[in-house]
Amino acid sequence: MNCIIIDDEETARVIIQQLCSQVEELTIIKEFPNAIQAIKFLNHSTIDLIFLDIHMPDFTGFDFIQTLKNPPKIILTTSDKNFALEAFEYDCIVDYLVKPITLPRFLKAIQKAKTKKTTLSENSSKHISGISSGENDLYINIDRRLIKIDIPTITIIEAKGDYILIKTENQNYTVHSTLKKIEEKLPDDLFLKIHRSYVINIKKIIDIEDNSVLIEKDVIPVSRSNRPELMKRLNLL
Amino acid sequence: MAETPNLIYIKELAAGSDAFEQKLIGIVKKEFPKERDEFLMNYNSKAFSKAAENVHKLKNKIGMFGLESGYQTAIDFEEELKGNNTSLFKEFMLILESIELFVNTL
Repeated sequence: MNCIIIDDEETARVIIQQLCSQVEELTIIKEFPNAIQAIKFLNHSTIDLIFLDIHMPDFTGFDFIQTLKNPPKIILTTSDKNFALEAFEYDCIVDYLVKPITLPRFLKAIQKAKTKKTTLSENSSKHISGISSGENDLYINIDRRLIKIDIPTITIIEAKGDYILIKTENQNYTVHSTLKKIEEKLPDDLFLKIHRSYVINIKKIIDIEDNSVLIEKDVIPVSRSNRPELMKRLNLL
Repeated sequence: MAETPNLIYIKELAAGSDAFEQKLIGIVKKEFPKERDEFLMNYNSKAFSKAAENVHKLKNKIGMFGLESGYQTAIDFEEELKGNNTSLFKEFMLILESIELFVNTL
């Protein structure tokens, strides 16, 4: 796990470095005496774990967490027990270490971080494809932001190499994923694959010709093999 | 019997590394007088909320040198200062003095 340390006290940073040096899986990438410098670093770097002091001048640990769009796992390091309750309101916080930190307690926190990693990985396996879904929502991962799309507003999804283009009534999104993966996240009664490169929302069809459908202003090809299923799904007079 | 500062925590942390031990002690020798002076400056100018922040930092050093009862005094004093109460000042200063004397022997 790649880590950073944020603490205004050099003593505290050196102690955490020493504790980390006793755990093979941990690599300290950088350390910061204040949260502002860490924010600048995180704008262009991804890390797995932050050791974060709560009590820092100007910008507290909690202020810092609130600036992160997609926070990594965080272990709080503090000499103040009073913040424990607040700490556990944040999903990203895996443990709360009270200074002076001992090695056994530190190892326990790292174990928790690893366990959390497994949980996050399970969730993020959906994000690896760039997509996760709720009942009526689909979350797509673009530039480390999870953007919510209302599923019924999707009109067309087009395969474009390693990406898919998701067209909605209001906006288009390009996501690193496959048609197969997004099909699994969409309700069968609303969406249908009509061509190897297209999945459509059948409620959005305006008209159908022999080998194509019109959705908004887009003419989408229908492959011969998919046409019978399309016709079956339509409420024909 | 009054507790005295010790290196038990630092030695446990060092796990036999003299280099780490010396590095940490070197940093403490540098940080501690600054933090103490800043605390006294704020305390003497009655900037008690800033002084409480200084106590908060000094508390970590007190804990590092194994002063368990001193650590609790620091916690209480920090809270007191936030309410402009200074009754634990003398007790707290005794703790700082014992650390200063100890650090000077290292």
